Amino acid sequence: MVTLKINGKSHTVDASPEMPLLWVLRDLLGMNGTKFGCGVALCGACTVHLDGIPRRACVMPVSAAVGHAITTIEAIGATPVGKKVQQAWLDLEVIQCGYCQSGQIMAAAALLAKIPAPTDTDIDQAMSGNICRCGTYPRIREAIKHAARTPSTDKRGA
Amino acid sequence: MARVSRRQILTAGAATGGGLLLGWHLDAQARVLGAAAKATRSVFAPNAFIRIGTDGRITLIMSQVEMGQGTYTSMPMLLAEELEVGLDQVHLEHAPPNDKLYANPLFGDQETGASTSVKVFYEPLRRAGATARTMLVAAAAATWNVDPASCRAQKGVVTHSPTGRTLTYGALADKAAKLPVPTQVALKDPKDFKLIGTPAKRLDTPAKVNGTAQYGIDVRLPGMKIATVAASPVVGGKVASLDDSKAKAIKGVRQIVRLDDVVAVVADHMWAAKQGLAALDIRWDDGPNATVSIADVVQGLAAATQTSGVVARKEGDAAAAIAGAPAKMEAIYQVPFLAHAAMEPINCTVHVRPDRCEVWTGSQVLTRAQATAAKVTGLPLEKVIVHNHYLGGGFGRRLEHDYVTQAVRIAKQVEGPVKVIWTREEDIRHDVYRPYYYDRIAAGVDARGQPIAWMHRLAGPAILARYLPAAFRDGIDPDGLDGAVHLLYDIPAVQVEFVRHEEPVLNTGFWRGVGVTHNTFVIESFIDELAAAAKQDPIEYRRALLGKSPRARAVLDLAARAAGWGQPLPAGCGRGVSLLYSGWGSYLAQVAEVAVSKSGEVRVHRIVCAVDCGTVVNPDTVKAQIEGGIVFGISGALYGEVTLKNGRVQQSNFNDVRVLRINETPAIEVHLVRNGEAPGGMGEPPTAVTAPALANAVFAATGKRIRMLPLERHLRSA
Repeated sequence: MVTLKINGKSHTVDASPEMPLLWVLRDLLGMNGTKFGCGVALCGACTVHLDGIPRRACVMPVSAAVGHAITTIEAIGATPVGKKVQQAWLDLEVIQCGYCQSGQIMAAAALLAKIPAPTDTDIDQAMSGNICRCGTYPRIREAIKHAARTPSTDKRGA
Repeated sequence: MARVSRRQILTAGAATGGGLLLGWHLDAQARVLGAAAKATRSVFAPNAFIRIGTDGRITLIMSQVEMGQGTYTSMPMLLAEELEVGLDQVHLEHAPPNDKLYANPLFGDQETGASTSVKVFYEPLRRAGATARTMLVAAAAATWNVDPASCRAQKGVVTHSPTGRTLTYGALADKAAKLPVPTQVALKDPKDFKLIGTPAKRLDTPAKVNGTAQYGIDVRLPGMKIATVAASPVVGGKVASLDDSKAKAIKGVRQIVRLDDVVAVVADHMWAAKQGLAALDIRWDDGPNATVSIADVVQGLAAATQTSGVVARKEGDAAAAIAGAPAKMEAIYQVPFLAHAAMEPINCTVHVRPDRCEVWTGSQVLTRAQATAAKVTGLPLEKVIVHNHYLGGGFGRRLEHDYVTQAVRIAKQVEGPVKVIWTREEDIRHDVYRPYYYDRIAAGVDARGQPIAWMHRLAGPAILARYLPAAFRDGIDPDGLDGAVHLLYDIPAVQVEFVRHEEPVLNTGFWRGVGVTHNTFVIESFIDELAAAAKQDPIEYRRALLGKSPRARAVLDLAARAAGWGQPLPAGCGRGVSLLYSGWGSYLAQVAEVAVSKSGEVRVHRIVCAVDCGTVVNPDTVKAQIEGGIVFGISGALYGEVTLKNGRVQQSNFNDVRVLRINETPAIEVHLVRNGEAPGGMGEPPTAVTAPALANAVFAATGKRIRMLPLERHLRSA
């Protein structure tokens, strides 16, 4: 049995240590917001946060996540930065099919938490691991800048 | 002469009439897909698209699926405009499969594809909304015993203007339901539109920022197993032998399903299924395609173009005119097989029971999905229930139902529901690919370099002969020829020929833009060659040939102006232009700016696209489609290629199916021409117009004419 802290709650699951976190989330816990895209950390659709750092859940053994705070798309809106990013995505109508956007939003939230006013180069570096086949990249770039300009409504700060 | 396309082929009556409406509940306000249809009592359902309850709940039923293109906003806009309700007042539901109620008028079946939704449903859905509104107003007028003309509907309320009395749609639903459905209703004057033409916020996106949107792959059912598959790596191959002992020993693996051409590992979760798949020892009998390589395919196509094809367009005597022209130019162009690589890997969930079959998936063709499940199970159609979902990308891949067929075949062997998920590798290697096309093109030019004759012969498969046989007439595949037969340039002698050449080594089908993706590349590259040979400016050269096409000329001028055509660029950089018109009915002109490094790396700096797609329903969605279509087009043009060796697809995942990433994405500027022309398609054209603009820009930057895609690889070997 493995105990994980996900979105502030403790979950105990019957998983072998090497089982990727992605399938623990999706198939054992029914948290389907984190997406399967490639299975080999090439597309970023499965991006989650481990202690605030963006990680690819499809190649992360669940054992490596034990003892860390895991945040997924289902709860990113509870953080001030995550909320700003979600709102920016809606304000600029970033989304088309939406399948990659959980990963895009998680990557963008991690970027803005680290660098509140990212340059284009910062955005390129943080987001180039996330593929979008609908081609929403121009709007993702603008939405990140838009979120960066948005003051946090939450006093806990960004 | 047949200037037809799959978009203009079949005419069927628009969906009319009522009917029992089942379907999954998609709440546009809570923006969540529920687990089952809510039992809202529907009292007023004048047609298959609208249901209004006595509680005032307004439900719109979506026959055109949402795969990113914004249909779940544009279709509601059409209905709501005439129904006189706000988008904030409506709830959405996925339509069930039903060709009688929901056929796409162009195809005769319930299909979301070919960039047609707005184009073909523009009037039928407005009519559906107007019918409901007319009946609600009549019900109110009868209640008050006044002239309906003295009443007006707005935001779900009917008001008697002289007295100010009001009744909500919910309060009128019962009474309206008892009225006869009018056969003729007045549609609003476009000048009175409140929604159509405005940038409406999308209804599907709130659920897509927090992980609650349900795609096919997100289905969860009690007792559901998860399976992953290995299909024969070679088309036509079979399982020769299977040792599954190691796979069965893996914890969580429940069952191995062996069919003649595919093996499935059924497990408690995808991780166990994947481990099980890796542990299988499968020996394949590769069948007749065992030794085929990409070179064989090219050779077959090249040989095919040595023979004359079916003439799809003929004006004058092009062959004689070319033979007699002062100068002749000719070229061969080729485009490769392409994979779709939609972000949501192919998946389908099925529960087969003795008396019925349920299917959960994301499909562009619900009734085809239903029909294949009925065929495989032997159940009557009405015993097959298909639940559609949001699609994590379609791009034409989900116009096929091969994955539904396969999942039902597997599910027949499994107790309880099973979700079949393809790995990305399986998805890439068992796609239904954009065909390899091989084109010969020639022109005769006069002493000034102006074309006086044009001969275009293309070889490739006839996708529609398989997919929609009624559309394959007189040996002409309208999709393969789309764009080629629509050549706008004013040339006295034109001949366009199609040589049908099937290479059954890979399955081929629709890929965002289909035939136009290659025809536009060929035409717009070749016209650029003619301009260069005539030592004329590429835009001026085109303009001079567009005297009969003012809309094309207008977008060309707009793109040139916006792009700063003619302004100097640094060394190693170049600007290229392309123009598109096809069966979609939209006009596009694009200017691309690229930089080419010494090692042959192509970097796209800027794309300017001018678009006239006639009447626009949601301008922001149109803009988004253009931006996204261009990104899709750059991926395909610069890097896209699927190749074969020993009958096997050589690519497997995003390491060798390279697609554009954010750091490689250029600045994209979109300029929309607004007019009252009929709406044209917009999902595919921006992809098709991109490759030639890039190739022409590469020529401008390097002097090298690249006649084969992908551009980067062929530039490096040029």
